[in-house]
Amino acid sequence: MPILFNMKSIIEVNHVSKKYKYGEFQPYYTLRDTLAAIVRTPLQIFSQNKRPSVLRKGEFWALKDISFKLNQGDVLGIIGPNGSGKSTLLKVLSQITPPTRGEAVLRGRVGSLLEVGTGFQQELTGRENIYLNGAILGMKRREINKKFDEIVNFAGVEKFLDTPVKHYSSGMYMRLAFAVAAHLDSEILIVDEVLAVGDAEFQKKSLGKMGEITRNEGRTILFVSHNMTAIKNLCNKAILLQKGQKVFEGSVGSAIDKYTKTPDIRKKFVPIKVSELNLIIKQITINEYLHGKIYPGKPLKIDIRILSKENLKGLGINLMISQDDINGHAFSSDTKITKGMDITIKKGENHVTCLINSFDLSSGRYRLGLGIDKPFDKYYYLNENLFYFDVLETTLKHSLVSTLPDYGRVYMEHEWSIEND
Amino acid sequence: MSYTTVIKPKSKWMLLDIEELWRYRELFWIFAWRDIKVRYKQTLFGASWAVFQPLTSTFIFTIFFGNFAKIPSGDLPYPLFVLTGLVFWNYFSGILSRASNSLIENEGVVKKVYFPREILPLSTVGANLVDFGISLILLLIVSFYFHFVPSLLTLFIVPLCLIISTLGAEGLGLFLASFNVKYRDVRYALPFFIQIMIFLTPVIYPTSIMRPSFREIIALNPMTGVIEAARTVFSGGNILNWQTLLIAGVVSVLLFITGIYYFKSTEGFFADLV
Repeated sequence: MPILFNMKSIIEVNHVSKKYKYGEFQPYYTLRDTLAAIVRTPLQIFSQNKRPSVLRKGEFWALKDISFKLNQGDVLGIIGPNGSGKSTLLKVLSQITPPTRGEAVLRGRVGSLLEVGTGFQQELTGRENIYLNGAILGMKRREINKKFDEIVNFAGVEKFLDTPVKHYSSGMYMRLAFAVAAHLDSEILIVDEVLAVGDAEFQKKSLGKMGEITRNEGRTILFVSHNMTAIKNLCNKAILLQKGQKVFEGSVGSAIDKYTKTPDIRKKFVPIKVSELNLIIKQITINEYLHGKIYPGKPLKIDIRILSKENLKGLGINLMISQDDINGHAFSSDTKITKGMDITIKKGENHVTCLINSFDLSSGRYRLGLGIDKPFDKYYYLNENLFYFDVLETTLKHSLVSTLPDYGRVYMEHEWSIEND
Repeated sequence: MSYTTVIKPKSKWMLLDIEELWRYRELFWIFAWRDIKVRYKQTLFGASWAVFQPLTSTFIFTIFFGNFAKIPSGDLPYPLFVLTGLVFWNYFSGILSRASNSLIENEGVVKKVYFPREILPLSTVGANLVDFGISLILLLIVSFYFHFVPSLLTLFIVPLCLIISTLGAEGLGLFLASFNVKYRDVRYALPFFIQIMIFLTPVIYPTSIMRPSFREIIALNPMTGVIEAARTVFSGGNILNWQTLLIAGVVSVLLFITGIYYFKSTEGFFADLV
C-alpha cells in the first residue's frame, strides 16, 4: 500500500516544521550584537541545533508538523490568515529556506513564482528582461526563444520591447512580469498571490491564464491567495493554516468555510433577527436528542424555534442541505412549495420541526441553509450557509464502507441478487 | 522521473553540487551578462572608465611614489611597473568587492527564487574579466611605449595569474558574501580593508626593498606571486620566482576551498537573513 501510494503522489510533505527566532526578522545584525549575545549566554552558541524540536526563548514555529500529499494534476489552495505560515511553506517547498525538521519530496521540475518580476533590472530593456527574468525563474534560453512572441503578445508591450523597463508604466511592467512567469513550464508550480497585482482587467486576464494552466496541462500547483473566488475557481483541494499548523485539509468549500468562519453547528447559535417580518429565529438544532450527532441512514431531525411579535400567514419555510464541495443543494424542501403545507406563525414562540426519516447522504461535511419566503415570490430571509455539520461514518447494516464518500454521495435502499443455473 | 527534489533540514557540511551547477550554467552567464550590460549604463564616459581608472592611478602613483619617494622599480620604468601591479590588483579587488556584496545587492532574487547561491558571487568574474581585458590591452600599449616586449612566457603566465587571482578573490569573496548577509559590518569594513591590502601587496613597491623575513610573510598574499610573475614576463624576462608563484597558487586554492565550504554551510539561511 505505501509503495503504491508513493508512486502516485508527485508531492509529499512529511512533518515539515520551520523554526524562527523573533530576531531573525530584524533588518540586520552587526557583529557587536552577536558578540554581546555570546558574552551574555556563552553556552548557547555551542548547543545550538542540538535539539531542534525544542523551542528556546524568543523562538517560534512558523510551520509546525505540516504533512500532505498531492497527486499529479492537483491544484492545492493554501489559505489562512496573515502570519499563518503560508508563505513560509511555499518558501520551504521552493527551497529558498530549509525546514528545521521534516522532509518534502517533489517529483518533477519545480517552478516557483513567489513574486512577479523577480530580478527585473530597471536599466535593461523589456526584451533583455524577458531573458533575464526567464533565466532566473529557471527557463532555458531555448524555451524563452520559443515562447518569446507569446510572452510579448500576452503582455502587450510590442512597441516598447527595446525601451528600458524603468520607463514603463507600472501596469506595463506588471503585465510583462506576469507574462514571463505565466509561460514558465514546469511539472510543479508554486504560486504566491501573483494575482494581487495590476488593475481589475489585468487580474481577470491573469486569473484566466491561471485557469488555463491548471485545466489544460495537468500540472500540479500550489497556490496561496487571499482571493477566495480565485481559490474556489482554480483549486480542487485546500489546506487551512493557522499559526503555522495545518488545521484543515480537504475540499476547497470546507476549507473556505472554516477560514471565513461559517459556524459549526456545535457552536452557540446566535439568534437571527428578520426585521421585515418582525420575528427572531431563536434557535436551530439538528438531532438535539443525539447531542448533534448525525449518522447516515438514520433519522435527521431539524428543530427551528421562532419568536414572533405578530401572527403571520402565507409563509414558507425552506431548508437546504448542500455538500460543501458541490454547487447547488443536495436536498431542499419548502413547506409550501415541496409539501403544500400552509403554515401559520403565531405571536409568541413557534416550534417548527422537519424530520427526515432516513438521512441517506454519505458521511462528510454539509451545510445547512434556511429561508423564510413568500412562496413563488421572494425570500424575506435566506442564508444558504447558516452553519456546517458533519455526518459521521458508520457502518450500515451488513456493510463496511457504504457510508464513505468513495462509495457514492447518496445511499439508496437497494437489493442485489444473483441467479445461478 | 528526471527531477526529484528532496527538501530536508540543511546538514551543516555540504560541498558544491557540480551537477546542479551545470544545470544552472545559463543563469551564470545571464548574471554575468547583466552585470556587464548594466555596469556603465547611464554614464557619460561608458566603458572608457575601464581605461581611465588605471591610467589615472598610474599617473598619480608615478608622481608620488616613483618621483618623490623614489621607490625602486627594478628593470621596469615606474609607470609600467605600477600599471602591471594595478591591472592584476584591480581585477582581484574588483571581484572581491563585487562578490562580497553580490548577495545583498540581489536580495530580491535570493528571497524569492531558488538557485545555487554561489552563482551570484561567482558570476561577478564576468564583468571583471571584461575590465581586465581592457586594461590588459592598455598595459600592452604602455609597455610597447616604453619599448618593452613581453616574453613568450606571458602567454602562459597571464592566464595562470588570472586563475590564481580569481580563485583567491572568489575564496575571500564567498566567505565575505556569506558573512555580509548576517553582519553588515562587511559593507563598511571592506573598502577600508581593500585600501589597506594594496599596501600589503607589492603594487607600488617591489618586495626586494623588504627585509627577507617580511618578504616571506608577504609571499603568503597570493597577489604577491601573481604581480611579481607578471612583472617578470612583461619586462621580457624568463627567470621566474616559481616558489612564490607556487605559494600563491596553493594559498588561493585553499582560500577558495575554505570560502566555498563556509558559503555552502551557511547558505540555507540567506533568505531568512538578507
